[in-house]
Amino acid sequence: MGFLDYAPAPESRGILHLKDAYGLFIDGDFVDGTGGSFTTISPADESRIAEVASASEADVDAAVAAARRAHTKVWAKMSGRDRGKYLFRIARLVQERARELAVAESLDNGKPIKESRDVDVPLVAAWFFYYAGWADKLDHAGLGEAPRSLGVAGQVIPWNFPLLMLAWKIAPALAGGNTVVLKPAETTPLSALIFAEILQQADLPPGVVNIVTGAGGTGAALVRHPDVDKVAFTGSTAVGRDIARAVAGTGKSLTLELGGKAANIVFDDAPIDQAVEGIVNGIFFNQGHVCCAGSRLLVQESVHDEVVDRLKTRLSTLRLGDPLDKNTDIGAINSAAQLERIRTLSDAGEAEGAQRWTADCAIPDSGFWFAPTVFTGVEASHRIAREEVFGPVLAVLTFRTPAEAIAKANNTPYGLSAGIWSDKGSRILAVADKLRAGVVWANTFNRFDPASPFGGYKESGYGREGGRHGLAAYLKPSRKEITR
Amino acid sequence: MTTRELSRRTAVDILGGAPDDDTLRRFLYGLPGVDAVGLEQRAAAMGTRSIKTTSKKWALDRIIGLIDLTTLEGADTPGKVRSLVAKAQHPDASDSACPTVAAVCVYGDMVPYAVAALGDRHGDPDEGGIGVAAVATAFPSGRASLAVKLADTRDAVEAGADEIDMVIDRGAFLAGDYSTVFDQIVQVKQACRRDDGTSAALKVILETGELNTYDNVKRASWLAILAGGDFIKTSTGKVQPAATLPVTLLMLEVVRDWHRLTGERIGVKPAGGIRTSKDAVKYLVTVAETVGEEWLTPHLFRFGASSLLNDVLLQRQKMTTGRYSGPDYVTLD
Repeated sequence: MGFLDYAPAPESRGILHLKDAYGLFIDGDFVDGTGGSFTTISPADESRIAEVASASEADVDAAVAAARRAHTKVWAKMSGRDRGKYLFRIARLVQERARELAVAESLDNGKPIKESRDVDVPLVAAWFFYYAGWADKLDHAGLGEAPRSLGVAGQVIPWNFPLLMLAWKIAPALAGGNTVVLKPAETTPLSALIFAEILQQADLPPGVVNIVTGAGGTGAALVRHPDVDKVAFTGSTAVGRDIARAVAGTGKSLTLELGGKAANIVFDDAPIDQAVEGIVNGIFFNQGHVCCAGSRLLVQESVHDEVVDRLKTRLSTLRLGDPLDKNTDIGAINSAAQLERIRTLSDAGEAEGAQRWTADCAIPDSGFWFAPTVFTGVEASHRIAREEVFGPVLAVLTFRTPAEAIAKANNTPYGLSAGIWSDKGSRILAVADKLRAGVVWANTFNRFDPASPFGGYKESGYGREGGRHGLAAYLKPSRKEITR
Repeated sequence: MTTRELSRRTAVDILGGAPDDDTLRRFLYGLPGVDAVGLEQRAAAMGTRSIKTTSKKWALDRIIGLIDLTTLEGADTPGKVRSLVAKAQHPDASDSACPTVAAVCVYGDMVPYAVAALGDRHGDPDEGGIGVAAVATAFPSGRASLAVKLADTRDAVEAGADEIDMVIDRGAFLAGDYSTVFDQIVQVKQACRRDDGTSAALKVILETGELNTYDNVKRASWLAILAGGDFIKTSTGKVQPAATLPVTLLMLEVVRDWHRLTGERIGVKPAGGIRTSKDAVKYLVTVAETVGEEWLTPHLFRFGASSLLNDVLLQRQKMTTGRYSGPDYVTLD
């Protein structure tokens, strides 16, 4: 055994104190649901983690009613300063229980512990700290003096960053004085349920945050509930369309953060070794389960062979395996259904004539796994260049001039993010200006900060999360401001 | 330790002409740039690898075998050098199975004492011996005439040094006078030759703390390799910052690219500032994941360090006994 076969270094599960079954978190307490239950499993070995209640329409109704009461009687009336205190408290508790949350996240989602430990959980704390600071400064949110909260927010989040997406949704909502009913994804409810325990620990007034677990039906009941004032959704474009239709004409506010097919553009003067790292981070971070993943690599034709060659060498050093091992780079695919989708699209890529290359790594016997895969010779008309794979699959296309790079990058129904790699500052600014994407990273990729707004163009959704813009999405001007 | 034949031919091929200011400048300025944020991020990621149990045990032993145990002080005496040599041969007085270090590194005038003290243990570290490395060329500043630098080198080689750690002329490099830097390395390399036709290995110290930017480090690394250096070394240890993980990673990437281009393997030696086992393990990880595990041998990777050895020994004792001891359980030198 060589040095590079690092000895196993698994993070201990001992820190988790999981219950065998979880109820719904409504009005400050865990209650039994009336919609039955489902099992949440670890995608790394398909073992059972816990039984989780499935919220029925009646349960959703109870949760919304609790949120409404809390909004009217407590939260909207509370001073921003006091709301901020609760948010600070939550942020600190997240930091205190960081290791536990990271282990739970990796166990339930399949992502490597080094990502949940070094990226997800620290960002969750950062999000709460950031919006805690906003809570008493709403006059500066851009809506004039004394803006009002919207009311009850119904929030539905995806499985790729379960706890981080929860933070993106809950933190600004609470800072603005709204109360929340949140539905975590069916395959990843665990960290949200531990977060509910944190809310109890923080002594957050009952009903301010309610968490209802369940499948699509629960989410549909929530976003269609007549007493919900604001709907926030992150997930697939197809579901986003349904929600937009359901919400249209109801007076509810809506923000949607949907899919993406981001172009990562590598110019011939790029810092090549860092660009290769950026490509890896862009598409293989979190097994590619990232809506803003750099899934289309646009590389200048003159450096194509060298970039692809270096990329393959680098990918051969990635470690796929136990998500709880601290040296794992690539974890498990979140679910059998997602694995099936990745396989289908990869097979389509091959059938359409692109060249498939897969890193040579051992795949565990049980669980859902997909080795890092690169398609070269991809044409703009291929499905893998158009459709979101949401997995560790990179499509490599080439371009000749900056103008062509911009045209190809924008030639997608999506527009969530993009990356530019070049040593020339003026080129970066000129190209970024013409890219129709909500986030453009220069000489880096997949970097997030609570102060920076995030959101999409076109079918990638509307509205922004993060920063002042993310806060404004949970506020409306005071009556005085409207009549002024 | 093997040395490279003068790669004059290779340099001409790669530069597209005889090495002069024009060809060197064209080549060095044509290299892809380095993004500092990305490089440091990658180095930091290497530092998060978790090296435990059997891997850690292997790593600690290997680190010892890659150390150039160093004393470079104005106050060095024959007695100090003898003491260093004794430590090199028996790093852990309580464990005869402890590996020996790769080499001792001293000033040129101390080479005879080191050679004498080593006796028949003097030899190639790849074959179980202990080498003698000497700093030369008006170390650490390099501010002397070429004639003095060459004489300095010849003295050390004649006295029995197996490896010469030279410094580049940073002044010339920063002034853009690349051909001067190149020619000096070429001539020092020639001065490493012995009468019997063999040659001392040449480590070229870039003094990255004075070069300041990663782009400069990258260019200086290529320059040193093109001119025939067997090793590229970060620092003298006399300038801060000395070795850092990002700088070493960058130099390893150049070495990897040189290997892709020519098939030739060049060594890397971070020196100065690596004091703990934990840090040293990060360097091993970076080597293994950048150029490959086969680089973790004395003729391709070294640590220039003095205090590192004792920390490794304490960690090593802890792995055997399960207890941490203290600084009095390892010898000073």
